[in-house]
Amino acid sequence: MADIQDYNSTPKYETFSYLPAMTPEKMRRQIAFIVSQGWNPGVEHVEPARAFNYYWYMWKLPMFGEQSVEAIIAELEACHRAHPSHHVRLIGYDNYSQSQGSSFVVFRGR
Amino acid sequence: MAVKKYEAGVKEYRHTYWAPEYVPLDSDILACFKIIPQPGVDREEAAAAVAAESSTGTWTTVWTDLLTDMDYYKGRAYRIEDVPGDDTCFYAFVAYPIDLFEEGSVVNVFTSLVGNVFGFKAIRALRLEDVRFPLAYVKTCNGPPHGIQVERDKMNKYGRPLLGCTIKPKLGLSAKNYGRAVYECLRGGLDFTKDDENVNSQPFMRWRDRFLFVQDAIENAQIETGERKGHYLNVTAPSPEEMYERAEFAKEIGSPIIMHDFLTGGFTANTGLARWCRKHGMLLHIHRAMHAVLDRNPHHGIHFRVLAKALRLSGGDHLHSGTVVGKLEGDRGATLGWVDLMRESFIPEDRSRGIMFDQDWGSMPGVLPVASGGIHVWHMPALVNIFGDDSVLQFGGGTLGHPWGNAAGAAANRVALEACVEARNEGRELEREGKEILTNAAKDSPELKIAMETWKEIKFEFDTVDKLDVVNR
Repeated sequence: MADIQDYNSTPKYETFSYLPAMTPEKMRRQIAFIVSQGWNPGVEHVEPARAFNYYWYMWKLPMFGEQSVEAIIAELEACHRAHPSHHVRLIGYDNYSQSQGSSFVVFRGR
Repeated sequence: MAVKKYEAGVKEYRHTYWAPEYVPLDSDILACFKIIPQPGVDREEAAAAVAAESSTGTWTTVWTDLLTDMDYYKGRAYRIEDVPGDDTCFYAFVAYPIDLFEEGSVVNVFTSLVGNVFGFKAIRALRLEDVRFPLAYVKTCNGPPHGIQVERDKMNKYGRPLLGCTIKPKLGLSAKNYGRAVYECLRGGLDFTKDDENVNSQPFMRWRDRFLFVQDAIENAQIETGERKGHYLNVTAPSPEEMYERAEFAKEIGSPIIMHDFLTGGFTANTGLARWCRKHGMLLHIHRAMHAVLDRNPHHGIHFRVLAKALRLSGGDHLHSGTVVGKLEGDRGATLGWVDLMRESFIPEDRSRGIMFDQDWGSMPGVLPVASGGIHVWHMPALVNIFGDDSVLQFGGGTLGHPWGNAAGAAANRVALEACVEARNEGRELEREGKEILTNAAKDSPELKIAMETWKEIKFEFDTVDKLDVVNR
């Protein structure tokens, strides 16, 4: 038994939440992927206690047609500054599949 | 108009059913059969015989043939082709008018296409390779209860394949111990767990007990992880009445998904259950027990791509598709072919993947392919590359066999999955850089590290029995 480790469940928030928090460089590459797929980026945020809900607060409106990774990062950071204790996630809206091509938490709240 | 007179007796099939000049209509159901005729039966006669016996014909002329317009209703063999690399057989293409079949009835189509004709004496062996369902017929079918996008929205899973696990041992656990295994998997990071197909309602674990303990496991795992979870509750039952009783109970206790075995349960049961699932907002996972009996022999039976099409019409949100890399049979090109037939809206003819016809599904929802059987973390880079995001990857032994238990096994798989998706999105080549990607991810995950050490050497490198015909044997 000595070499068996115990596993503790902790709150997670879907895609990429089992990896370490994203470095700025990794975040930049994932955002570039969303742009390259032709998806429309959208920023959302929520109090960690309400994270299970389908709907989080929208930060402004989705950035339809936005091609600049820098502009998307700027909105993510602005949302994070305004709500430092909230989870902030980035969504890639795929209007052809009428679904989200991607969705992941960029800033982890407390 | 030509006058027809009645002459009793046996005519060669070719007179009526071989029509090389026929141009198929957009509304025809088209079938491609691979035929080995008996010695002395030529190709045209064998093809015509298959067209006849799978549509309007019988072995002798009957006077009542003349009471209808046989030229409108008959099937026609309209083309014959060599099978690349195999001189023992040939392809026969048959066109059936749409009015031969009841609307929305996979049952009726297959009763004709793979009915008496498969025991017909003039044919030594017969395989249904592909069927083109015209859009006009597709629109009469209910199809998947929800489809891929709706499932993603309901389960809140985006930008990655879903992760599952079949609970083992497949038989013999008590309901409460079974629920424990489910709970450990889900709290560790899986999206779904699954009843084994053999699990119905045996004396050691009756269905109602299993459903209740499993639901408790789901709800607690959801609270602890903050993620949406499900367990495919198998409602396959001895009779439709019992099947619906189990489905109703699963809905009552709040389960998001149920499961059915479409071949052993039958198309009638499956189609009815799929309609029930649409009506009641329940996702439907489909297992395929018995498929290898039908689809593994390259010269006789029904190809899996046809069974997959039949399931999409009959209805299901998930279907087991093979893994390419695991313990079960499956050629890579052919698997990618039927995976597209499950998910895409329009699939063009592609002989390199065994697809003999264009297939247009119109607005019919897609089915998520489920890769399950003998896979573990080392297969993850290849699986993500082969199946892409719209799939369910199921690790049974690869979760439960983890040296630290199910939760750690689940976490290992989830970390491996997310590391592969992240790397793919960064433009890295998963199958070439897989080892580096996993090794790097394991630095932050002791669960993944020990999983990689446990399964390092396991491989399943047997030759595929049913190869694509484009490869010369």
